[in-house]
Amino acid sequence: MTTSDVTILEAGTQADRPLLEIRDLAISFKTGSGEVQAVRNAHLTIMPGETVAIVGESGSGKSTTALAAIGLLPGNGRVAGGQILLDGEDISHASEKRMIELRGNIIGMVPQDPMSNLNPVWKIGDQVRETLKANGRPSGPDDVAKVLAQAGLPDAARRAKQYPHEFSGGMRQRALIAIGLSCQPRLLIADEPTSALDVTVQRQILDHLEKMTSELGTSVLLITHDLGLAAERADKVVVMYRGNVVEAGPSLELLQNPQHPYTQRLVASAPSLASRRIQVAKQLGVPTEEVLASAETVAVEPAMTEDVLQIQNLSKVFKLRSGFGKSTDFTAVDDVSFSVKRGTTTAIVGESGSGKSTVAQMVLNLLEPTSGKIIFDGVDTSALNSKEIFAFRRRVQPIFQDPYGSLDPMYNIYRTIEEPLRVHKIGDKVSREKKVRELLDQVSLPQSTMQRYPNELSGGQRQRVAIARALALDPEVIICDEAVSALDVLVQAQVLNLLAELQSRLGLTYLFITHDLAVVRQIADHVCVMEKGKLVETGSTDDVFDAPRQDYTKALLHAIPGARLMLPPEVA
Amino acid sequence: MIQFILRRLLQVIPVFLGTTLLVYFMVFALPGDPIRALFGDRPPSEAVIAQLRQQYNLDEPFWVQYGLFLKNLFTFNLGVDFTGKPIADTLARVFPVTAMLAIEALIIQGVFGIAFGLVAGLRKGGIFDSTVLVLSLVVIAIPTFVLGFALQLLVGVQLGWAKPTVGSNVTWGSLILPAVVLGMVSFAYVLRLTRASVIENMNADYVRTATAKGLSRRKVVTTHVLRNSLIPVITYLGASLGGLMGGAIVTEAIFNVPGVGQKLYQAILRSEGPTVVAIVSVLVLVFVLANLLVDLLYAWLDPRIRYEN
Repeated sequence: MTTSDVTILEAGTQADRPLLEIRDLAISFKTGSGEVQAVRNAHLTIMPGETVAIVGESGSGKSTTALAAIGLLPGNGRVAGGQILLDGEDISHASEKRMIELRGNIIGMVPQDPMSNLNPVWKIGDQVRETLKANGRPSGPDDVAKVLAQAGLPDAARRAKQYPHEFSGGMRQRALIAIGLSCQPRLLIADEPTSALDVTVQRQILDHLEKMTSELGTSVLLITHDLGLAAERADKVVVMYRGNVVEAGPSLELLQNPQHPYTQRLVASAPSLASRRIQVAKQLGVPTEEVLASAETVAVEPAMTEDVLQIQNLSKVFKLRSGFGKSTDFTAVDDVSFSVKRGTTTAIVGESGSGKSTVAQMVLNLLEPTSGKIIFDGVDTSALNSKEIFAFRRRVQPIFQDPYGSLDPMYNIYRTIEEPLRVHKIGDKVSREKKVRELLDQVSLPQSTMQRYPNELSGGQRQRVAIARALALDPEVIICDEAVSALDVLVQAQVLNLLAELQSRLGLTYLFITHDLAVVRQIADHVCVMEKGKLVETGSTDDVFDAPRQDYTKALLHAIPGARLMLPPEVA
Repeated sequence: MIQFILRRLLQVIPVFLGTTLLVYFMVFALPGDPIRALFGDRPPSEAVIAQLRQQYNLDEPFWVQYGLFLKNLFTFNLGVDFTGKPIADTLARVFPVTAMLAIEALIIQGVFGIAFGLVAGLRKGGIFDSTVLVLSLVVIAIPTFVLGFALQLLVGVQLGWAKPTVGSNVTWGSLILPAVVLGMVSFAYVLRLTRASVIENMNADYVRTATAKGLSRRKVVTTHVLRNSLIPVITYLGASLGGLMGGAIVTEAIFNVPGVGQKLYQAILRSEGPTVVAIVSVLVLVFVLANLLVDLLYAWLDPRIRYEN
């Protein structure tokens, strides 16, 4: 990127000593079962004015390394070895007094979750003011407003008098950036600064952060799980895997020529605009083991053209309480129509508040539409009686976002998967157990999983369990509400592959609700783009991605991290 | 905000009518004749009894009695008790005593409970923390009357640090020992609640962010941990105020404090409807107002809570 290149050149002339150098850093945590090493032999170097990104999945030690640099390891963690050199001074075991001097002034931090990182009981202005005051800077109302305005907060003087709950997520993140940069630190640690935000907001914030830090000449240590984002925003990328730095180098070089097997997997599975619809499963369908498949495809193929689900002029209006006895209408879904063909995947894309999940809930018959029809297999679902709804539920199954919250922690995996069979009184004990074993095979989980409990499984494994449960009743349609959003990118790729494979084998129809356009590219045949309750664009995935017609769709596509980097030149 | 306060004050009316009616009914339903009970083994002549009955409206049906009570109440005439003293005078005498006792107990449980809980929470797992945790559990487990008699004997009689009983000459100093006993159990709860709340808040993201700003630890604790941790504690303290007034019955009996509890106990024994209801009415008012105060404090501590309409 041009702006970053300029920064490097400027920095190079200014100084040749690294601002932050981490050498052979080891961090361990005291746990009930002894010391656990979270980080081993970590090393990285940040020159003045440079942006360095640490990329890795959850548990890779990327955040721990960054927290050690600002002396904020949790109580049971400690630096077990190595050095953290800040401008030549080893701060790995610096006194608390020295760290208080450095924090804010020399090292600033922008934390991950804007919802939980501002104290809910103090005004935004107070939280900026105390930062300025603690670091001996002028802290009058004008200074506070100036700091907030610089972070791109409109109407800063008035906004400073508001509380965090009166701010949107993006606004809060701007306030946190204002706090992090308020004392013009030489190093800014940005820990997933935008991962909780919508993709268009994310772009604005990152652009602004980049502009501010390059103006101030601040070095940035960016922590992210998103390789595309890291490559786009940083000069150098450091890849961490299970507590080790496995690879480091200039961003583009690393992306184009990854050396370590983990980095190679990460690059390969990084969802991007360049990737295409997963074809693996469709190619897999024909050979060897799938003798049955040919018979099944015959049954499925002719049906392909049939609309299994038709949404006609669907609207949902919520009454919002606005004072005593009064209510205002809030239209969450506004006159939405589309249809889903059997055996295909349709994705509904939009940002938070676009109404996409409301549509999913209405299709699942969990929420009653205000007007409009949902026609499933030729029958209007609103006209069903309770018995028919019971039967309908068997044919349309959901998979939800949070694999932690959607599995009952007190049920073992066998009971979890068997429950829908029991509820719908299908088969006897023996046949149900056989079915559960089959389902576990289908989602590539070992049979030994049956006796385990959700908290013993990883996020990806849990989502496989959720898929197995959804498949238990041999449904025709599966509604995936952000089904892979909570997963790390490699696990996400595995689950998406599994879903594609199951689709071709079982002829399933998917309705995929997601905010992640890269996921859409990988899994969907058709896309519906929603904005503020309205359907703004529909079409085949290739059409929408290659030639978006609506500005909103363009903005969404443009905002994907790494999009500009990985997009083939002819499309750009 | 003002609208909210007015609405809450209006809510007092039905609560007040409901409680007084209930208490009046319960006193009315007590077995035995209050007039005969007054005279013990030597009953007076039927004429005297009839006259007394009429004087206290005891020959009227329940609804009439209750109606007369309400009428008197709204004309600020609480009537006289069975010994002929105006009930208003009695109230004016006993309530300040119990109020003093409750305030002292509230200070003991609030100030010491929060301070000890804060220190224990900040030094989680340390010697201080472990010690107060065990001791607070002991305090919670011991019934008030046992603790009362034990402290009375130890501190009052054997060590002689305080007067074992209060008697008619009530001073702030003489109420300290009963206040300690009265506030002890709530003190243990406040301590544990504060401790848990502080530990939770110390791990909050915004506390880490505050540290990252370069604030001193003292500043982080006072501005970011303490205020957030007080929200549940204040709710508990407010709710316990009502308990303090009512719980005073046992404590006042042990230490011979001439307060509400003692008076109420005597009035119940004598089936003195008007006195019981008058005392309970004031207690209801105190309770409702204390809860209103808690709600207002709550909104002040947590700006996310706003009372509109």
